[in-house]
Amino acid sequence: MIQNIPLSYYLIISTLMFFIGIYGFLTRRNLITMLMSVELILNSVNINFVAFNRYLYPQQLQGHFFMLIVVAVAAAEAAVAIAIIINIYRNFKSIDVENVDEMKY
Amino acid sequence: MLNQVMFFLFGAMIVIFSLLTVTSRKILRAAVFLLFVLISTAGLYFALNYNFLAAVQLTVYAGGIVVLIIFSILLTSHVSERAVMAPLKQSLLSALATVAGATLTLMTILRFTFVPSGAADPHFNITDVGNALVSYNRDGYALPFEVVSVLLLAAMIGAIVVAKKEKMLKK
Repeated sequence: MIQNIPLSYYLIISTLMFFIGIYGFLTRRNLITMLMSVELILNSVNINFVAFNRYLYPQQLQGHFFMLIVVAVAAAEAAVAIAIIINIYRNFKSIDVENVDEMKY
Repeated sequence: MLNQVMFFLFGAMIVIFSLLTVTSRKILRAAVFLLFVLISTAGLYFALNYNFLAAVQLTVYAGGIVVLIIFSILLTSHVSERAVMAPLKQSLLSALATVAGATLTLMTILRFTFVPSGAADPHFNITDVGNALVSYNRDGYALPFEVVSVLLLAAMIGAIVVAKKEKMLKK
């Protein structure tokens, strides 16, 4: 299934996705869209793990488990981040990072 | 031939929809574009013949996390609301930094030639993956599995405590 597709192509796609995620993280002002950029970054890392596993060590399963653990950590991170975002919205009536500039309880 | 066509289709979809995710002014639309990116990634895993990982990607990422994000968008902002973007100077500087970083990384990657292992197409099924996941022998992954499950439990309890209303905490 992987004939005629070099490993570099997968790495190029994941690199582009990673840096697009970083661009979004730097330019977005809304907490939820920043969270979505972080999801893009995590997902691009997963592509790398899986592609390396398939091309260089096809008899082993390391890439599988790195990918599964990264997905679990991403799910935990999304849940905690959304809880914090909802709490911020309750206190500030806004989730733009510009408006949340005090750490007052 | 067909696998190349599918690969380039999914690759182009990933790049285009990632760009739309970070540039779209409407937040809900950005979330849907993120969903398309995650589904195309699952397509890449199918192309690599890793069906289990593609299924995990579809259920956990495309099914779980995107639904969570869409729920929180609906809870915290109006659908018609447009996202505020950074000032032009900051956007240009960020674009410059990311293009420079991407160029550097791509140049480094393309200088190497990765030689694929000549081994035959492996045929893992879900049973093999599951057995390795809970095995504590050599090449077993029981410890990371336990650690990540405890992390997930702690994160879920923490999320409930953080999102709780203050009145309930004071009683």
